[in-house]
Amino acid sequence: MPRTQVYSAVTERLEILDPEGVLDEALAPTLEPDEIRELYADMVRMRAYDSKALKLQRQGRMGTWPPIRGQEAVQAGVSRAMIADDWLIPAFREHGIMLLRGVPAHLIYAYWAGDERGSCYPEDVRVFPVAVPVGSQWQHGTGVGMSLKLRGEPAAAVAFGGDGSTSEGDFHEALNGAGVFQTPTVFVIQNNQWAISIPLHRQTASETLAQKAHAYGIPGIQVDGNDVFAVIAAAREALERARSGGGPTLIEAVTYRLGDHTTADDASRYREASEVEEWEGRDPILRLRRYMESQGLWDDEQQASLDAEVAAWVDRQVTNLEEMPPQDPRDIFTHMYAELPPHLSEQMEEATGEVSS
Amino acid sequence: MSAAGTSERLTIAQAVRDAMRDEMSRDEHVIVLGEDVGVDGGVFRATDGLIEAFGPERVIDTPLAESAIIGMSVGMAATGMRPVAEIQFMGFVYPAINQLLGHAARMRNRTRGRLSVPMVVRMPYGGGIHPPEHHSESYETLFLNSPGFKVVVPSNPYDAKGLLAAAIRDEDPVLFMEPKRIYRAFREEVPTEPYTVPIGEAKVVHEGDQVTLISWGAMVRVCHDAADMLAREDISAEVLDLRTLNPLDRDAIVASVTKTGRAVVVHEAPRTNGFGGEIAALIGEHCLLHLEAPVQRVAGWDVIFPLAKNEHLYLPTRDRIAAAVKQTLEF
Repeated sequence: MPRTQVYSAVTERLEILDPEGVLDEALAPTLEPDEIRELYADMVRMRAYDSKALKLQRQGRMGTWPPIRGQEAVQAGVSRAMIADDWLIPAFREHGIMLLRGVPAHLIYAYWAGDERGSCYPEDVRVFPVAVPVGSQWQHGTGVGMSLKLRGEPAAAVAFGGDGSTSEGDFHEALNGAGVFQTPTVFVIQNNQWAISIPLHRQTASETLAQKAHAYGIPGIQVDGNDVFAVIAAAREALERARSGGGPTLIEAVTYRLGDHTTADDASRYREASEVEEWEGRDPILRLRRYMESQGLWDDEQQASLDAEVAAWVDRQVTNLEEMPPQDPRDIFTHMYAELPPHLSEQMEEATGEVSS
Repeated sequence: MSAAGTSERLTIAQAVRDAMRDEMSRDEHVIVLGEDVGVDGGVFRATDGLIEAFGPERVIDTPLAESAIIGMSVGMAATGMRPVAEIQFMGFVYPAINQLLGHAARMRNRTRGRLSVPMVVRMPYGGGIHPPEHHSESYETLFLNSPGFKVVVPSNPYDAKGLLAAAIRDEDPVLFMEPKRIYRAFREEVPTEPYTVPIGEAKVVHEGDQVTLISWGAMVRVCHDAADMLAREDISAEVLDLRTLNPLDRDAIVASVTKTGRAVVVHEAPRTNGFGGEIAALIGEHCLLHLEAPVQRVAGWDVIFPLAKNEHLYLPTRDRIAAAVKQTLEF
């Protein structure tokens, strides 16, 4: 009996806009000039929003914050490819795309400042709350996709996670299930190279994370995650496939965490400054700006105007955060169940000194 | 639909299936998922016939992955579906703990009501069927110290059908522990019509006035046997079937123990830090001046559940319960 090849596969990488801002016209997604300017503004807004949170944390006005600096293109690009009916299932370094999907900015601040009301999004916002247990959210991506499919909604679930989360069993189970059930789910790995102190090559011996898709029988692609055009192109293809019954896709967006893991971390303990500098040179925002300037879509005056508008917007979010009324102490009890059971009613009374109504 | 007032003699396994069938007919958002629940009808046949009635889109055979069964259910339940997930044996629930405790139990609270997880997790639990390793555990204590769940354990076919229907209609995650030892041990008249038994209400299933036997699930039958045996010695034992462990019907416990003055808690899970300790504490807090004796606990030993040949050494028996009752009488 012969020994034969039963399977072989190729994993593609997509790059459209190089670090110098030069575009591959043949591969570029269709975008109007206004859309490109909006994308750029989205990314600038995310960075300012993120930077403000770090400052607030140092001033004692914010809890532990996981910065997104450097990962703006992944989040702006995927959001641009989504429609209003799509669900977003984030991990915990997705503030940027959460903003773009309609989560009120002060609520994300509120959550990280230690207030559960920060995860009570408006009814029409199709975003799951932040998922802290690493990798657990991948399974929800499959489940939400299943839900959309069972109800015949022409929408998709977009689940995010980091490179570290691909080592979790839930990643395997979620992609395996999505493949079996052909759910309309797009799994987006923000491969930012580091899971706290552990580099990618200690998470996996795989050459890429995208190639893991082959084992689940689903399409997978690697994109330059600092190239917003490549992200949009890959996400559009995946989302259109998902919404039209073509099943799930894995997208590995290769990017870099320019900041610490969180404000409680010091990345200089485990990685070289030279590596960070190298990635600063591939900054997704600068790259898009170079392109826009080369095309006459952007100038210093527009930049100054955007910076001023964004700074004022961020300040308003801080005001909105700090003007939130105090929480009702009973809130820690009242949302445990749809109806407060007798023992919790008693405990609430004991904790707050008030008789429940 | 059947005529009003009719009933059938059903086992617990059949009653469980009928509850799912009724609720799936009632609400198109109810779906069943788990390992072997579809074509095979479940390893205990508790989902027998459902795939024929509702099709593979609503009776879903999943890959063999407990965390995925629960994780997917969380995603579905938070977006409008009502999944009834089966974990084939409670001894296999550990891989799903992160999804259960980390997400299902927390979603409503952490989103301040924006999202909720109306799902049921059916889990055959407990010993007595001489199975291989990991098929006999009773892990209720783990979930009773994890706020956010309701925990329901029927002991008979009537309650099994009504409680499961109530669990499926509930707006919060319900862990539904099915006493596999008595899945087919006996039949009872069960109304053909859909009905619910309220979650959170215990029931006196055998009246008595000298001691209260407090139990749930398969152990309720053993308590019955003990009460019958004690009756032959003119000892009058009341049997209280808790039926729901969270939220606990404390009033029913207090009412019965206030009447009898003595209590013996019976459960399969290991004794130390088992739910019997919590019940004993509640009785101490609320019935102290009525107590004639310390509360006794008859439970599994603090050991790994033995393999088949030693199962009888582990599980509470009628004789152990009777001995504990006599200790309370002789105190």
